[in-house]
Amino acid sequence: MPALHALANPARFLTIARSLTPALTWIGVALIALGCWAGLTQTPPDYLQGETVRILYVHVPAAWLGMGGWSGIALSSIAYLVWRHPLARVAARAIAVPGALFAAICLISGSIWGRPTWGTWWQWDGRLTSMLLLFFVYCGYIALARADADRGGDGRIPALYGIAGSVLLPIIRYSVVWWNTLHQGPSIGLTKSTIDNAILWPLPIMLAGFTLFFAGIVLMRMRAMLATAKAEARLARMARA
Amino acid sequence: MNPWPFVAAAYVVTLGGGALVAAFSYVAMRRAERRGK
Repeated sequence: MPALHALANPARFLTIARSLTPALTWIGVALIALGCWAGLTQTPPDYLQGETVRILYVHVPAAWLGMGGWSGIALSSIAYLVWRHPLARVAARAIAVPGALFAAICLISGSIWGRPTWGTWWQWDGRLTSMLLLFFVYCGYIALARADADRGGDGRIPALYGIAGSVLLPIIRYSVVWWNTLHQGPSIGLTKSTIDNAILWPLPIMLAGFTLFFAGIVLMRMRAMLATAKAEARLARMARA
Repeated sequence: MNPWPFVAAAYVVTLGGGALVAAFSYVAMRRAERRGK
């Protein structure tokens, strides 16, 4: 915890973020390129889905980041409400746009996968509907956080919204268990998977690549917000002088 | 049904969307940091 408090100092954070941003982004891009090559050329087609199974390598990381992004918003919101870390509020806001984008990509790539596999672009089942709800919740958060910042709010309402929205995460995770859905059941767990290793192995590479890439984007957005806040504070000081 | 147009579309949407948000974030960061100096 003392390490976290030390990082909450914006100047110290910026020193670390300046070197981490390009490193995370470019390592992420390299891993994504490797994963794409492996997923598109080095794995066999699935016996049932054929070549369509290759959508797995982009759809699963998008779902992971859509849900992981909201976990980040919820944790940052808790940190902001409990410890009043100024960076926690900035982090939550920085995660929102890329998180919403990857939730949308998850929905679109899933829909593209569904057409040849299920014969339909969309089905109002538990998994698809709960993921769509998460995307709308992201949009609500972005609007709320922007409005709060514009009117000089203290960030508590977006933080409470960020924590409340996390109720969707277990619903999405267990939707395929609780309800009879068109979406397949849980196929990848922490200890075992129902997907054969011959098809599965590029997925961890893609997951690692997209996670690092996402972290790089979040750092860029945090740096932009901190620099904007610094410029606005300077303008305000000049106006008072 | 030929599966490759669907596979290609999914990759284009994901990689293109990721590249776009990264590019916008990078430009916003550089602009803000120039203004903040």
